[in-house]
Order: sequence, then structure tokens, then C-alpha cells
Amino acid sequence: MTTSRRAFLQAGTAAGSAFLLGFHIPLAQAADAAARAPFAPNAFIRIDPQGAVTLIMPQAEMGQGVYTSIAMILAEELDVPWAQVSIEAAPPSDKLYGNPLFGIQVTGNSNSIRAFWPSLRKAGAGARALLTEAAARRWKVAAQTCHTEAGTVKHVPSGRSLAYAALVEDAGHLSPPKDPPLKNPADFKTIGKSLKRLDTPEKVNGKALYGIDAMPPGVKFATLALCPVFGGKVGQVDDSKAQQVPGVRQIVVLEDLVAVVGDHMWAAKQGLAALGITWDEGPNANVTSETVWQQLRAASEKSGAVAKTSGDADKALASGERLDAAYELPFLAHAPMEPLNCTVHVKSDSCEVWVGTQVQTRAQSAAAQVTGLPLDKVTLHNHLLGGGFGRRLEADMVATATRIAKHVDGPVKVVWSREEDIQHDVYRPVYRDVLAASVADGRVVGWTHRITGSAIIARWLPPAFQKGIDIDGVDSAVDIPYDIQNLRVEFQRDEPPAVPTGFWRGVGPNNNVFAIESFMDELAKKAGKDPVAFRRGMLGKNPRLLAALDLAAGKSGWGSPLPARTGRGVAAQGAFGSFIATVAEVEVDENGDVRVHRIVCAVDTGIVVNPDTVVAQLQGGLIFGLTAALFGEITIDKGRVQQSNFQNYRMLRINEVPKIEVHLIASGAAPGGIGETGTTAAPPAVGNAIYAATGIRLRRLPIDRVLLAGRKGA
Amino acid sequence: MVNLHINGEVKAVDAANDTPLLWALRDVLGLTGTKFGCGIAQCGACTVHLDGKPIRSCVVPIGSIGERAITTIEAIGATPPGRRIQQAWLDLEVIQCGYCQSGQIMSAAALLANKPDPDDAAIDAAMAGNICRCGTYVRIRAAIRKAARSA
Repeated sequence: MTTSRRAFLQAGTAAGSAFLLGFHIPLAQAADAAARAPFAPNAFIRIDPQGAVTLIMPQAEMGQGVYTSIAMILAEELDVPWAQVSIEAAPPSDKLYGNPLFGIQVTGNSNSIRAFWPSLRKAGAGARALLTEAAARRWKVAAQTCHTEAGTVKHVPSGRSLAYAALVEDAGHLSPPKDPPLKNPADFKTIGKSLKRLDTPEKVNGKALYGIDAMPPGVKFATLALCPVFGGKVGQVDDSKAQQVPGVRQIVVLEDLVAVVGDHMWAAKQGLAALGITWDEGPNANVTSETVWQQLRAASEKSGAVAKTSGDADKALASGERLDAAYELPFLAHAPMEPLNCTVHVKSDSCEVWVGTQVQTRAQSAAAQVTGLPLDKVTLHNHLLGGGFGRRLEADMVATATRIAKHVDGPVKVVWSREEDIQHDVYRPVYRDVLAASVADGRVVGWTHRITGSAIIARWLPPAFQKGIDIDGVDSAVDIPYDIQNLRVEFQRDEPPAVPTGFWRGVGPNNNVFAIESFMDELAKKAGKDPVAFRRGMLGKNPRLLAALDLAAGKSGWGSPLPARTGRGVAAQGAFGSFIATVAEVEVDENGDVRVHRIVCAVDTGIVVNPDTVVAQLQGGLIFGLTAALFGEITIDKGRVQQSNFQNYRMLRINEVPKIEVHLIASGAAPGGIGETGTTAAPPAVGNAIYAATGIRLRRLPIDRVLLAGRKGA
Repeated sequence: MVNLHINGEVKAVDAANDTPLLWALRDVLGLTGTKFGCGIAQCGACTVHLDGKPIRSCVVPIGSIGERAITTIEAIGATPPGRRIQQAWLDLEVIQCGYCQSGQIMSAAALLANKPDPDDAAIDAAMAGNICRCGTYVRIRAAIRKAARSA
């Protein structure tokens, strides 16, 4: 095993000695490199005869801390000391590493821990059972009289003990038990501790390798221009000037894009700028935001597919006091800090791909499809992701880079400029939510909710799109946390003209939590009740969310006086298997600018693997949601995206960040998801706080500063 | 050919004078710790030090640098403020995806070198040019304060 080729991370070693070389050695090769006959009872665990424990990570690390959390679960059930654990990225394989909730290898929807919790525990416990059995046989005692402790099997009656290393060979001859005994959560030693992350030491000194850092020998550098109008094609290309740019090696013209290959990115960029390209803009050149919204609003007036119905919603709406409202959300780009990129080396009989992806097998398939090579001839080196947020749930960057690489001799790294990254995203769809409800005796008695927008699932996972219902699009709406007897939820699929759509952090619940929690605030006012009290009254059957709401209200000082133009807003959600209440405190100045002073969040996410990671995900997720609420909007004119870079697609900056408090609620329930939850929580809490501060209700994001300044009518 | 003084060594870079330092570091010299984020000095991911001052390497041509000392993330741990910042970043688990953090650490290290005990306003002024999409700002602020206290 040489550190120059092996990719591993050693837990418990300090920054200086850990290596993270891009996780790019396929499993078989890595196994060869290790000493002979390791104990590998399943796809997730390998123990070599020296006792070195390697845990294989099925999921992609994009900042959410999943390498650490998955390793913690395995280490817990395997019962090995944390400091002895190394990790390795899994190769692409749906069969071995498919996400149990998707059936394919996917990191998304905040479900890594939820999905893998049972199988990882079983994998660890199964290995532990085999090692125990091997020791028991050696000692000729019953396995039940032995136990494990920190990488050792012990037999207390005789005082004997054996390290796992000594049992590797024997255990390798035994068959894994079907249902190995899992640890009692009360005995957890690793799970529940804020252990240090395995991926961060290499991220403070520039050693961590993201996809964009791949440097295969002889690599050339390319950048590209796609037709600025969605669906357009390349017309004419005049490359006479570009060919003269120093360092430009090659110009690749494909049907829909032009790429310039050079000795470095600057040469490629300069070459691209020197090209004279005319585009055949195609049928979408007249699409504008206005046409998008006209189409969506018209569609939202029609009945949709019924996703959930209970009681008689229409009859109930005719009783009590009725309120109608529609909420709208704009297109959003993902803008991960690492711009899209992919490095590809197409050879005559094989292909190598270096990329950071949330979908390893799809990335591999994309390259296989473009090259016509069989899957096993495509080697995928999955790197750390410089942010995913759903953008890297697509494999378009792999297909595009491979199409370019087919024309290049040797490896080529294709890097999107930030402008291309923002203007050729798959965007968070525009949504329109039409809601109606009636209130009587201080609670909601009838409720209808029609969600109109893109059905991302229909494109991304077609078998899951049934009867016109996007299961993600209605998530958190069909399972609304409140006790409402008469309810109907509809989904109306409406694909926007020209603009491609995809998953974005917070996915379906982003839209639904914003609409539902904004509307709940409006209904509280209609009912003449305090927003927290109004929600409490309908959470009798949801004790976990009720407890979170009470905690958040208490910690935030709900009800205590605030200065003028300052207000508190609350939002509650049961999304992703986690129960979260959020209180935002905001100030709105006379220009309509919003300053978020403080956010208090109370979270019951079931059993917590790594508490500090959960807190970090909430902090970051809330800020991601604040960026969307305060600034986020992609607009379309002449069939193209009008935003281009961070100067006009704004991100929250450190001077705009509120104080954030996250309070975890102890729970023995199965783990919930956490990565997306802050993002869905922040926008409605802020919108409701703005209402409390100003009396102005925002039914559309991002916030309208002109409206808040009182310069146009509500 | 341009000679650059990088992390205590002189490196010959075979690229035109107008080449931004970022691409010379990453693509010509293989120092990939410095990151590309926007290309127009809006995000700070490419921050390095020039004679100890933070600059956005995506907009600084190599022909304009002369003999001034360039320090990158790969060597910032050799300076006392840089080492303290790195340690505080790990102690408080600031990092998520980490892609912007080379730039964040370079900006923070320059701040500490210049102002050993920065208040919130100084932190805002020094760090507002660095975008973090994961939203690690709360911990960045806390880690800078911790690093300042550990001096």
C-alpha cells in the first residue's frame, strides 16, 4: 500500500498525516494492494490481517458530513475504536451500494442516514458476529458467552481475549448470519458523539481533491459555450482569431456547444472569447419570465391529480370563515462553489472519468452511452464535491465533457465558467400553490391545496411518477403535520417552456412548507389567534412537532416585546422525517431592506449520529434558505437566463448572517433527514416575521423590497 | 516565461503575462488548493496572499506581480496566524463541502496578521468578500475569535 496511490482517510490522525487522494482507486485494485486475504464479510467492511479497518462509503461527501456519519454507524456496530478506522469511496455499483430508498446509488433527499441506517448497522453487526464466532470456535466455547470491546473479542469466564486482527482468517471462512443481533442503542459508544469529521483536515491545507482538482498526466484544459438560448444550436463559428491565442490547442464544435482546449484554463477562456459564434437560437428565443408565469398561472387554475383526500374538503370550505391565497416561487440556480466540471480521457477501448457526483452509476452510464463502451470499460473516479445541492444529481456534465473528450487526444478537464454554470443549470422549478381553507372555533376545518409545477420525478425517476402525481412535489403537503379532518391535495404538472428543471436543496418540501406555513399564518390572523397558539391547537396528534414548537417558542422569547419595524415569525415542519420549529426575528427598514437578526430552531430528528453535524447542517441549511428568500431569482428573457455570476445572483454574505441557535431534542426514534431541513424552514419563518414587523404579507419569493418600502400597493 | 516567488520558492511559469495568477497556480504549477469560483473577484475562493495581503488571484495577472511574495493555502500553515486559523477551523468544525475554505482561511489569516483581536465589524470587513454556499459563516466568525484568543 503506497500513500501516493492509495486513497484513504485515517480517523484519529491529525491533519499532518492523513491522506485524501481523491478516492480514485477501484475497490478490486485497492483490495489487491492490501495484504492478502482481508476479512470482507460485506461490501462496506474490510479488515486486513494487521487489523486495519477500512469502511467503504456508498454515499458522496458534499459537505454534509456523511463520510463521518456512515463510518460512525459501521464502527459502532462493528465495535472498533474510531481511531483505527479508515474510509474509502465506493466504486459505482447499484447492486452493492444502491441507496435502499431509491434502488440506485444516489446521495440526495436528506436520506443517507435514514436509508442506510438498517443496512449499515446490520453490516457492522454481522461482521462483529462472525469475529465473535471465530473466537468462540478457537476457544471451544459458546459464542453467547463472548462479547466484543474496542476491536477485541473477550471471554470473561476464562479471561481470554483476541484482537480482531487475529481472527480475520478464521472469520473469513464463516457465512454471515442472516439477522445478527444489533446493539442496544443504550450501549452506543460512538453514535451520539460529536466526533471530529474525517474529511476536514485535508480541507484546511489545500490537499483535499475535488473533481476540478483532477490532474491526470498530460491533461489539457477546456472551457465551453453552450447556446445561450435553451435548446438552440451552433450556427457559424469563426475560429481564425482563437487559433492564434497562445496556448490554444484545439477547438471542438459540436451541435449545441463550442469548446476550446488549451494548455491551461486561461488559454481556453481567451480562445473562447476570441471565437466568432453565431447561434441558431431555435424555437425558444421568445420565452420570457412573463410567458413562463402566464402558462403556470393558467395551469394552476385547473384541477390537478388528487394526491390525498380525506373527509369532504369542499363541504367544509363552505362552512366557517374561508380564506383563499396563492403563493409563488421563482426559478433558482444551484450555484455550488465548485463550478461544474468533469475530466475525461477517452481511449480506443476504455474511458476514465474524474468528477464529483451524487449519482456515481449514472455518471458512469453517461460516459458509457456517449462513448459506446460497455460499463465495465468506464472507470469513474468519484471525488469530493464542492457543493451538490441537487445539481450533481444530474450527469449532464459527464455526458457533455465526454462528448468533447471524444475529439481530444489524451485527458481533458472541462470546466464551466461561473456564467455557463448559472446559465445552464437545471433550475429549481417555478411553483404556484393555490390554497383555500376555512377556520371555525380557532382551527382549520377544511383545506385544499393545489401544487402546480414541474414534475421532476417524471424525468429523473420515471417509474416513481404514477397517476400524474410527483411524489416529491407533494411531499410535506399530503403529510401536512396538522390535524385537519377535511382535506384535499392536488398536483398539477406543468413543465415550463424551455427551462430545464431539477432538484434543489429542500426539494418538494421547499415549496410546500413555504406555502403551507405562510398560509397558516394568514389563517391564524383570520381566526384571531396567535400564530404559535393556532398551530399548537392542531398538533395534538403530532407530539414531536408540538414539543419542537414549544421549545422554539420558549427559546426565542415568543410574545415578548420587540422594537418598531421588528417582528417574529414562526414556521413548523415535519419534512424528511424530522420535526422542526423555527422562529425568525427580522427588522424591515424604510427602504424595504430586511435584516434577519436571529433564528431559533428546535429539532427532533430522532436518533442523532453526530450532533455537531446536525447543528452544522441546520445552520448552513437556514442560510441557504435565507439566500433564496432574500435574493434568489433566475429570470428569463429572449429564451436565456439573465443572471450570470455572483454580482447579479446574490448569495448571503457573512455580514448579513443572523445569530442562529439550534436546539436538539433527545429522541429514540429512527433517524430523520437533516441536510435540506433548514432550507425549507427559513423562508416561511422570515416571511411571517416580515408580516409581524410590517403588516405586509409576501406571497411570492424573493422578498419584494419595493412592496415592503410601501411604494406600491399590496 | 514569468518567474514567481511562491511559498518561498521561485517558480518559472510558461504562460502569457496577462494570465491570472489563479490559473498559473492551478493549471501550470499544479497547486490546486487555490480554487476557482467566479473569475471576477466576487466570491473570494481564489484568495492568496501577496506580500501578506489578501488578493483575488483570478484577476491578478502574473505579469504584474514581479518579485512580491505569493503565499497560498498550501503554505499558510507555516505562518503563526495561518496555523492558528487552521486549528480553530478544525476545533470548531467550520467546514462543510470545503471548496471555499482555502479562500476563507487565507482571508482570515491575513485579518489576524493585521489585526490580532478583530471585532465583529473587522471580521465582516475582512470576510464579506468570501462567499460560502454551505453557509458556514456562523462558525467562521466563531473560529476567527477563537484563533485570536489562542495567540
